[in-house]
Amino acid sequence: MIGGLFIYNHKGEVLISRVYRDDIGRNAVDAFRVNVIHARQQVRSPVTNIARTSFFHVKRSNIWLAAVTKQNVNAAMVFEFLYKMCDVMTAYFGKISEENIKNNFVLIYELLDEILDFGYPQNSETGALKTFITQQGIKGQVISLPVSQTKEEQSQITSQVTGQIGWRREGIKYRRNELFLDVLESVNLLMSPQGQVLSAHVSGRVVMKSYLSGMPECKFGMNDKIVIDKQGKGGTTEDTGKSSGKQSIAIDDCTFHQCVRLSKFDSERSISFIPPDGEYELMRYRTTKDIILPFRVIPLVREVGRTKLEVKVVIKSNFKPSLLAQKIEVRIPTPLNTSGVQVICMKGKAKYKASENAIVWKIKRMAGMKESQISAEIELLPTNDKKKWARPPISMNFEVPFAPSGLKVRYLKVFESKLNYSDHDVIKWVRYIGRSGIYETRC
Amino acid sequence: MQEWANQLCENRQFGSKMTDSKYFTTTKKGEIFELKAELNSDKKEKKKEAVKKVIASMTVGKDVSALFPDVVNCMQTDNLELKKLVYLYLMNYAKSQPDMAIMAVNTFVKDCEDLNPLIRALAVRTMGCIRVDKITEYLCEPLRKCLKDEDPYVRKTAAVCVAKLHDINAQLVEDQGFLDTLKDLISDSNPMVVANAVAALSEIAESHPNSNLLDLNPQTINKLLTALNECTEWGQIFILDCLANYSPRDDRESQSICERVTPRLSHANSAVVLSAVKVLMKFMEMLPKDLDYYGTLLKKLAPPLVTLLSAEPELQYVALRNINLIVQRRPEILKHEMKVFFVKYNDPIYVKLEKLDIMIRLASQANIAQVLAELKEYATEVDVDFVRKAVRAIGRCAIKVEQSAERCVSTLLDLIQTKVNYVVQEAIVVIKDIFRKYPNKYESVIATLCEHLESLDEPEARAAMIWIVGEYAERIDNADELLESFLEGFHDESTQVQLQLLTAIVKLFLKKPTETQELVQQVLSLATQDSDNPDLRDRGYIYWRLLSTDPVAAKEVVLAEKPLISEETDLIEPTLLEELICHIGTLASVYHKPPSAFVEGSRGVQHKRLTSSAGSGESVESPDTGSAAVSEAPTAVIPSQGDLLGDLLNLDLTPPTSTGPPPAAAPGMQMGAMDLLGGGLDSLMGDESEPLGGDIGGSPAMGAGFGAPPAAMPASFNAPISGGLDDLFDLGGGGMTMGTYIPPKAVWLPAMKAKGLEISGTFVRRSGVIQMEMTLNNKAMSVMSDFAIQFNRNSFGLAPAGPLQILTPISPNQSIEAALPLSTVGPVMKMEPLNNLQVAVKNNIDVFYFSCQYPISMLFLEDGKMERQVFLATWKDIPNENESQFQIKDCHLNSDAASNKLQGSNIFTIAKRTVEGQDMLYQSMKLTNGIWVLAELRVQAGNPNYTISLKCRAPEVSQCVFQNYETVLKN
Repeated sequence: MIGGLFIYNHKGEVLISRVYRDDIGRNAVDAFRVNVIHARQQVRSPVTNIARTSFFHVKRSNIWLAAVTKQNVNAAMVFEFLYKMCDVMTAYFGKISEENIKNNFVLIYELLDEILDFGYPQNSETGALKTFITQQGIKGQVISLPVSQTKEEQSQITSQVTGQIGWRREGIKYRRNELFLDVLESVNLLMSPQGQVLSAHVSGRVVMKSYLSGMPECKFGMNDKIVIDKQGKGGTTEDTGKSSGKQSIAIDDCTFHQCVRLSKFDSERSISFIPPDGEYELMRYRTTKDIILPFRVIPLVREVGRTKLEVKVVIKSNFKPSLLAQKIEVRIPTPLNTSGVQVICMKGKAKYKASENAIVWKIKRMAGMKESQISAEIELLPTNDKKKWARPPISMNFEVPFAPSGLKVRYLKVFESKLNYSDHDVIKWVRYIGRSGIYETRC
Repeated sequence: MQEWANQLCENRQFGSKMTDSKYFTTTKKGEIFELKAELNSDKKEKKKEAVKKVIASMTVGKDVSALFPDVVNCMQTDNLELKKLVYLYLMNYAKSQPDMAIMAVNTFVKDCEDLNPLIRALAVRTMGCIRVDKITEYLCEPLRKCLKDEDPYVRKTAAVCVAKLHDINAQLVEDQGFLDTLKDLISDSNPMVVANAVAALSEIAESHPNSNLLDLNPQTINKLLTALNECTEWGQIFILDCLANYSPRDDRESQSICERVTPRLSHANSAVVLSAVKVLMKFMEMLPKDLDYYGTLLKKLAPPLVTLLSAEPELQYVALRNINLIVQRRPEILKHEMKVFFVKYNDPIYVKLEKLDIMIRLASQANIAQVLAELKEYATEVDVDFVRKAVRAIGRCAIKVEQSAERCVSTLLDLIQTKVNYVVQEAIVVIKDIFRKYPNKYESVIATLCEHLESLDEPEARAAMIWIVGEYAERIDNADELLESFLEGFHDESTQVQLQLLTAIVKLFLKKPTETQELVQQVLSLATQDSDNPDLRDRGYIYWRLLSTDPVAAKEVVLAEKPLISEETDLIEPTLLEELICHIGTLASVYHKPPSAFVEGSRGVQHKRLTSSAGSGESVESPDTGSAAVSEAPTAVIPSQGDLLGDLLNLDLTPPTSTGPPPAAAPGMQMGAMDLLGGGLDSLMGDESEPLGGDIGGSPAMGAGFGAPPAAMPASFNAPISGGLDDLFDLGGGGMTMGTYIPPKAVWLPAMKAKGLEISGTFVRRSGVIQMEMTLNNKAMSVMSDFAIQFNRNSFGLAPAGPLQILTPISPNQSIEAALPLSTVGPVMKMEPLNNLQVAVKNNIDVFYFSCQYPISMLFLEDGKMERQVFLATWKDIPNENESQFQIKDCHLNSDAASNKLQGSNIFTIAKRTVEGQDMLYQSMKLTNGIWVLAELRVQAGNPNYTISLKCRAPEVSQCVFQNYETVLKN
């Protein structure tokens, strides 16, 4: 199991060091600094073995988090834990920065004591932790410390921390029961210069913000092909008529927050759960079929002699004309020996950024079924470099107000039998946002 | 470290925020005194502030142990916040102040009885972290109480505390009976208590490999599976990792566990998913392959594995390393998922390199075009390592997918033209392998390669180039000059290059003896007299003696046809792979090394193994499959590559008369592999793609195999510089048979590649019946049965005429002879080479594939004697471009003897003419598919070189027929 956990700043100074196992000595702290943080070469692996000691590290801005062990630990678990650790810290004091870590070091130690016992990760849900961690995160304002608890409260805490629903405490009350669902998708594309799709997939997340009283039982439904087909066959139940047919989408795979009953999903493919309070990620999914690619990029690169390049890029938006895409950015890489660039674009603004070796073309908004174009002349310095320019792909960023996978939320039902509010009383909001992931066209 | 604290202090003094960073400011000399005073202050707040300052100093590495008594005095407080701080201090300094730590015991004991469960748990958690013997004694009673506490939070903490105590004093834990209490907690009503108890027991069990601690039986398994649905994500990992150690009794139990584990594949936590994959991969072995559920399970595994690739890069890396193993074990799972492994421009380099590896493993005829296009793209990227690997991958594709070989070669040539130094070198290394795989096909590119001779500065590339020059010396006009140029700096070259140069020059000498005598003498003396490298010296002496005693034999040895290299390179040795599959998700699977290679002490030394599916084999499996230590069953089923290397060096000069019976797996052999691993420990993270023992040059473990009988050389053996060794090894056997020539049995399927099943065999034609004669040798530890055989479509439609008759199961270390009559009426597909035969053999364990080549004379019919007139007419009739001429060298038979010998193989002499002391034999033969081959064999008395002209309407067969002539005449 994890033998120790260290947090360093970018210079390699230790901000936090917590050793859980006797086989990890203080010199391990230095070994990581010397061999990884101060290493001359770029880091070639997130797992490093130094003198029979294994170091796992992740970086958040310029902070290094390293877990150390001498045993054959579950490597996936260690990384998951490190990410979780980051989440918990962010939930307590915001951004992970040197200053915030120093400001909250006592809190971090207390957290580390609680969520890692002898190197075994324990309950690390922020919702539960906040009930009994005595230190408060310092974000700016000072929060009052919890008053001493009664005996009932104490046993409630422990049963929650160890219980089946470790992510939610009892007795939550809201005047207004409300929930927000965000379907956030990132659409990824790799296209050949000829316009052939080399690979495309959507990775999506359903993020839920719930402000619900009590211990509500929720059921989430979407236009999952398997479910819809099943209902279609049965020819029964409520809304088959409306939403069956081509509206459904094939989901390659999905994963769920630990609140979702996985065995029920496995057997009936229904998504039921008691949600944590506040914001959390309900599910992640991936689709590869029938993806709506919001933009098509058509590149044309011509080498005119040894010292000049002509680039023309056309982008076409491919969605309903009534919808607007935002924050569009096209990045056209230029060779390292570029000496000057002249750009003309029909829409938006384009600039050559020498420091990034790219022409960056920005368009604020663009409606569907439109087309725009940029052309550039790139002057090159003559070089003796035999190696050809690698021609990195043209990448694109954008945001669209629909889900490129075609996913639709069909319902989110809330049941709370003990309290007197019903599904109809809950105010529900749904929002779809499609963003570009790695959206590249080779040129 | 102090600097930032000071700086912050200044910044802070003017700020209004009260934050923890101010505690880092105490740097003045008298601070210890000040702190002491503050710690003893009456005011609670002041005390707390002081302790925080102490902890801050502790973090930055300052020694504040002098404050021990003062801090401990603060311990007795009902303020939970202060208590936690004091405990933190205690954990750090108790070990250095054991005597004073005793002072804290009373408070601990008292806290363990506190009304607040949080305080009870805190006390028991902290006590376990205080590694002072005197204190542990006091710990026992409170721990016993806490293990039975009414509050689950306390119980789950106490469970882990048992593991802590065990780490300090194992005997104490056993004596106190804590292990039994811990076992009882597996049945606890609270899932988190169960999970922690499982984690603690698993850890303790690891250091007692033989104990029956984790007594996994169907009842406990059931409890674990129930808890699995209810506990935290981490708990699920503990439970799944523990489940993976269980061996189900039968396939039904196996299936029911799998069914209950599969829902975990949808968990958001990648570690839960990987641990579930581990359980499924392991238990799948038990399921019969024809079961519907088996197929369903296979299908269910792919999507979650792909989903892992959208996790954060570090996790992707772990996932990819594991997928690499999974793909080797069960390629069918991800065979349609090639695209997800395409490299993204912004992937971190470690992700890129791993993806590339998996792409090659998944490359097949179906997707090769896409893969090649991608690889070509990658070869122009920036990162040198990545580009190299991409170039190498192109070569591996050529070797793996025959249809793509030509395109790969032309892509490689394009890359060579870029003149980027490392690309050229890498390309030459892989082209050498391509030559090995497809001899006599792409030699036209040699000229281009020679142009780049100068730019090669890496040993591997130099060695590869030298090998090419030596191998094709007869086609390179200035081969001697080229090799001579390398010879100048012989002693500065690496061993790899030296060895290769030695072999190449000997080859050159044998091919062009007249011009190169001086050169060969020079290299032999350089190697034997001026070198102190034992490998080089030994090889030099072997050649020297060989050349001086019997040049003909030398030729046979050195220029013998080399075994083809296998399609898959860089495969992990099967036993290791099985072990690593049992470690999916862990560090072992990331390093691709067994835990014993990087874990100290007793932990992780046991080897885990997959339990294979039901059937007769099971009885041989170790009887105590219930425990975690499935491993005692000797794992030395198959000697690892390292040993084979050892054996090779041990080869003496007497050539084996026929391929002798391969050695039974000697129990000591396993050691070789272990040593190798040991040697490379400190550079664990080095080049892992290199197969174990790939470095013949200076490996310290070379001696490991000495004294063992020479092992049969598996065709898959593909060490970078194996050229010369292969030459030596492929002695071709000399089984003399009159009448029909029967090639000696060769190993077709090495045990290494077929889970212990070794097949060697040959082809025989007896009175018109073709037979495949095989020796099946069981080198595994389990009984093999239910054999069946099938052929792929081949050039002449060879097919089994009946089922494979193996009536009795083969027990371990037993071998059995089997003869399979063949017919020639099967489906036809042209093979390359023409006489290649791809065979699938199935047994109760798995299906294995190998390919072998049959002598084409098997297909010569007994009625292949043509009428004289017909012969003449036919000879004229066949167009001249269908005629091919070959030289048969070093044949010392006279024409009559040759004719007799050939007749035994159904090559009939129709007429003989003697012109100017030269005998001309006119011969004919008829293939089973009705093709006639006509031959003119010219034999000149006193000249050992024959000339043969072949005419046939299907000129493709000529090469094969010629080879057949050569083998028949020389044996």
